[in-house]
Amino acid sequence: MGLAKRIIPCLDVDNGRVVKGVQFVDIRDAGDPVEVARRYDEQGADEITFLDITASSDNRETMIHMVEEVAGQVFIPLTVGGGIRTVEDIRRMLNAGADKVGINTAAVFNPEFVKEAAEKFGSQCIVVAIDAKKVSGEGEENRWEIFTHGGRKETGIDAIEWAIKMVDYGAGEILLTSMDRDGTKIGFDLELTRAISEAVNVPVIASGGVGELQHLVDGVKEGKADAVLAASIFHFAEFTIEEAKRKMAAAGIEMRL
Amino acid sequence: MSSVAVIDYGMGNLHSVAKALEKVGEGVTIHVTSDAQTILSADRVVLPGVGAMRDCMGEIIRLGLDKTIHEFVESNKPLFGVCVGMQALLESSAENDGVTCLGILPGQVEYFGDDLRDMKTGDKLKIPHMGWNQVHQETQHPMWEGISQDARFYFVHSYYAQPGNPDYIAASTNYGFPFTSAVSKANVFAVQFHPEKSQHSGLALYANFLKWDGKS
Repeated sequence: MGLAKRIIPCLDVDNGRVVKGVQFVDIRDAGDPVEVARRYDEQGADEITFLDITASSDNRETMIHMVEEVAGQVFIPLTVGGGIRTVEDIRRMLNAGADKVGINTAAVFNPEFVKEAAEKFGSQCIVVAIDAKKVSGEGEENRWEIFTHGGRKETGIDAIEWAIKMVDYGAGEILLTSMDRDGTKIGFDLELTRAISEAVNVPVIASGGVGELQHLVDGVKEGKADAVLAASIFHFAEFTIEEAKRKMAAAGIEMRL
Repeated sequence: MSSVAVIDYGMGNLHSVAKALEKVGEGVTIHVTSDAQTILSADRVVLPGVGAMRDCMGEIIRLGLDKTIHEFVESNKPLFGVCVGMQALLESSAENDGVTCLGILPGQVEYFGDDLRDMKTGDKLKIPHMGWNQVHQETQHPMWEGISQDARFYFVHSYYAQPGNPDYIAASTNYGFPFTSAVSKANVFAVQFHPEKSQHSGLALYANFLKWDGKS
């Protein structure tokens, strides 16, 4: 027995409210981040990730307040991503009670920011989010590149090289999303996940494409992910986190039950 | 009315530690502070810590808190070290090319190594050791009261404590090899994991700390 693999539900937050329709039976307010986070905590979530999708920076205060509220009631690790661009953004999120911050676009445009953040706050709280898309054709050797702006903008940067560079710069964890699979419900890009997980020495969280519980099992067993992140299968109450954990444990994966 | 001081030396997430204490400590006064008098007059002290050891020890010394912590420990009141706050209690750490620590417990803090492998499967293990792992209690202690043997707690660290005397090992955890995940010596108890992030078991540990009289 040893370290358990993790299940991380991800919540999209807009102006302090959970969006993309979390649908639990008997929940009073499905938009209340505290209530939703508590529900996931009770179900056995190993961590919770909040993604701030608020476009305007005026709403940062709302996000910070939300993190404070959740951290006062939910005693598992919390990650906050979206709009983290400065050392001051990180400091405020950590002080509010976040344990880790996710850096995505800012890392692509200014890789030194990751270095600066890791030196200031320690690698353990710096998660670099990588959005990757397959660019190689049929029959060619697999190649994935980094995309920004929700997968719309290509950067020409090789995903594996980028992951290695980010870890070298101090990332303590990689949140890897396949933009090809995101929203498809056909499962993780297992080749991508495995390629990144084997290339770096820090934990890798697989994301994008989960539609059924077997996909979570595959992410760990075939994709070699250290943690799996999912949104809709949990939000729409198709499955509880507890069911997901039992399924994974039954497949021989060590879980916190 | 009892009081607990959470030592604030500018490193890491004190909010979560204070929130966890608030949750389990009804009527307990919680001070998040770097003030020596407040620390010394508290009934209990938590020494938290996140980040790199050189920065942590640098700040502790700059604020004169090394003397305060030693003085508090000598008062025989309970002290609880968490994560880097546990590592700081030892004599030295291998982090940042070597850092002298508080020396309240004999021993060193070592790096896990870049080629860490699972004892059974031989699979490569990631650094940091991040996530929920089992804590095997090696001693009976009031701090473990009501917490099941091998309960899972949340870890995130790349260095681990190696106490110079096995009598001080209060718990061990497997990650490539069994390492010390909790230490205890008289009125000092410290853990490598984050109880404030370890749900029920973690809160139980803080609740036990608020009841503990410092006698092991």
